This record gives sequence, structure tokens and C-alpha cells, in this order.
Amino acid sequence: MEHYHMNLTLKVWKQKNSNDAGKLETYQVKDISSEMSFLEMFDVLNEQLITNGKDPIAFDHDCREGICGMCSMHINGRAHGPWDKNTTCQLHMRAFKDGDTIVVEPWRSKAFPVIKDLMVDRSAFDRIIQAGGYISVNTGNAVDANAIPIDKKDADDAFMAASCIGCGACVATCKNSSAMLFVSAKVSQLALLPQGAPEKESRVLNMVAQMDKEGFGNCTNTYACEAECPKGISVANIARMNREYLKASLTTED
Amino acid sequence: MGLTGLFLISFLIVHVGVNACIFVNDQGEAYNTAAHFMSHNWVLRIVEIGLFAGLLVHILQGLLLWKQNSGARPINYKVNAANENSRWYSRSMGLLGTLLLFFLIIHISKFFIDTKIALYSGDQPHNLFEEMKEEFSKWWVVVIYLIGVISLFWHLLHGFQSAFQTFGINHKKYTPIIKSIGIFYCVVVCLLFALMPIAFYLKWLE
Repeated sequence: MEHYHMNLTLKVWKQKNSNDAGKLETYQVKDISSEMSFLEMFDVLNEQLITNGKDPIAFDHDCREGICGMCSMHINGRAHGPWDKNTTCQLHMRAFKDGDTIVVEPWRSKAFPVIKDLMVDRSAFDRIIQAGGYISVNTGNAVDANAIPIDKKDADDAFMAASCIGCGACVATCKNSSAMLFVSAKVSQLALLPQGAPEKESRVLNMVAQMDKEGFGNCTNTYACEAECPKGISVANIARMNREYLKASLTTED
Repeated sequence: MGLTGLFLISFLIVHVGVNACIFVNDQGEAYNTAAHFMSHNWVLRIVEIGLFAGLLVHILQGLLLWKQNSGARPINYKVNAANENSRWYSRSMGLLGTLLLFFLIIHISKFFIDTKIALYSGDQPHNLFEEMKEEFSKWWVVVIYLIGVISLFWHLLHGFQSAFQTFGINHKKYTPIIKSIGIFYCVVVCLLFALMPIAFYLKWLE
């Protein structure tokens, strides 16, 4: 792959704290390598800002290998930038050309308040997972691996759902800021397996109730979430959650 | 939304079926007979109440969705490349629905109310075919109807398959079939609806 350098104009959201109105600030970065990751480009910019005695841009990041779900930038109008099934940390500067202007904004949702600059508070997701509660497992000796037979397809589907990293791109990209893709992945990964079966009903009811409480919008099936999800979580999970929810509402007493 | 939507979708099949009777081209005899049956059958009178209730609930659900969803993102993006991840008509259901509502108000005040007056005053037989012929000789009426049908097409194109997803039906084998039926339904129903004012305006039916 051709290696090149580029000069870029960045328009980045700057916001002191959750009460500040915030605005887009323009920055220039020079001599950026096409082999850098998008976050490395931000590191270069922040070094530059710190050297000049300015406030660096706050952004979330952790593993930088696309599995932790911490990075969260809305780049040129798309969650995690222009590449499909990709996180911001795995977006490389070869996606851009010399002279490009790149607009970077934080995730936008009432349920994800901005903490500072590009960092948002995604603890609403943690509270939804907590609302799902525990699964009952036997303690004592480890059970034989194949003691409970599980259909290969169910195991695969559960694993696919479990690959959700909880980054919030689904909420960020949905026109309604709906968290249905995230919640449905978390519901599905347990609903598909016998280990998750005993608490199936209460789990889906409680998680959906918490989701509504957090102020996320409703799903109107535009499927933008699936298109932007870095892990390719399918909207079939949303349909499964709708089924589980309907079943649970009809069959439980409360 | 899905349940009321599918109910309204099933109604449109009946509606377009009756309308298609004009293409028999017998000076509206088949059409007037069908329309007369639809407006004079007491079972259908009761179903009609259900239809208006369904429509009302669909509108109220839409308004509630709009209110809740517009509040879920208080600050919008400065740049949003939404076309990269979703279809414009899927994102514009509220707008298309509003256009349809305006159309329905015009449509009902033109044909439905006249039919009802004729039904309950009961003295002279009501010739809906002749009335349509007269209405659709005006170009601006034809334009309003075509805008209505085009809005309906995009609204249904999202709505049909979306209803099944809402009910939890998303299946590797059946979803592509549902989507194909949805597209077929939209094209046939909307084409038949659109052909009616066009046929009258261009005097294909005499």
C-alpha cells in the first residue's frame, strides 16, 4: 500500500464540561502519515497543543485494537468514521487525502451527556446491563463441557450477539438515538442459550424498562445501527428481543 | 405502529380492488355496483368504524413516536452522513405520514362525505363514477392525487417490511420473501391508485 503524508484541517467539538454550550474549533495538523491510526493523529495534535500551552482535546480510548468499545468519535457524519465494521482506533489515515477537512463530534444522545470535548458518559449502558440481573449457575465442580447440548446455530448466534462491545455507535447513528441494537444483543446472547433460560422473561422486561428510563428513543427500523455497528451486530437481534418481550409481557404475572 | 399499519395495508387492498373496477370500462357500472355494495352493507359499516379507529391510533402512535424521538437527541450533529447507512424514506416516515394525512383530509372531504350524504338522504342514486370523472378533469386535482400516491408509495415501502420486524419476524429464509412481497404490493397498489386519476384526465374511460 502506498505510504504518503498529508496536511489536514480538523474541526473538533470543544466543550469544557457538561454545562458548557461547546463549539467546533478548527485545528491544522501537518505531515500526518497515512499509516497512522485516527487516534494517533489525535495524539500528534494533542502533543502540539500541549507544547503550545493549550488545552488538549479529551477523547475516550483504551485498547486501540478494536475490541474494548471505548473510542467513540463521530467522524464526517458517521459513527467511527467512513470505514464499515470498524472502530475509530482501527480507522487509518489512508482513509483520507492531503488537504481534507475532517469534522469530529461526540456521540449525540440525551442518554449520553458530554463529559468533555469528545468524551461522553455511557454509563446508561452499564445500568441497562445491571437491570438484566444475574444468571443462575450451579457452583461446585466444573460441569463437563458437553453436558448441556446446544445447537451449533444457537451457539453461533449467541456468540455473534456477544461480540457487541457496547461502544454506543448504534445510539449515535440512529436518528432516534435508540439503544435497541445494543440491548437486543445483550438480551440475545443469553436468551439463545440454556444457561440464560431461567431468567429469560424478567431479563428482557427489566432491560427494556431501564432502556426507556435512560431516555433513549424508539426503534423505527431504519437499520442505520446495523450499517454502522463496528461488530456487524444484526437487526435480527432486535426482532428476537421484540419476540422475547412480547412473550414475556404476555406470560408473566407482573 | 406495525399492527395498525398492517391493518391499514389490508384495507388498501380492498380499496384498490374496488377502484380497479373502473378499468372494466363499462361507463362505471361495475365500479358503481362495487361502491354501492361497500357503502350499503351493514357489516362493512361496522368495519369502517374499526378502520377510522385504526387510522386514528396509527396517527396518535406516530405523534407519540415523533415526540419521544425528537427529545432523545437535544443537540444535533453538524455533519450527518445519514445516507451512508439508511434510506431517506425510512427516516422520513413522519413527513410522509403528514403528507398522507393532508391528502386524506382532501380525499375524504371530496368523495367519502358526498357518498355518506347520498347514503343517508337516500332519494337519488349516487353516481360516484360520474363524480370522479368530473373531479379528475381538473389538472390540479390530478396533481394532488399523484402527490398523495407517491407519498403512499414511499411510506409503504418502509412500512410493510418494518411491521414484520416489529412483530419479531426476521428470518433468513422468510424476510427476503416478505421484503419482495412488500415491494410488489407497493408497486401494484400505488400504480393502480395513480392510474385512476390519470385515466380520467386523459379520457381513457368514456
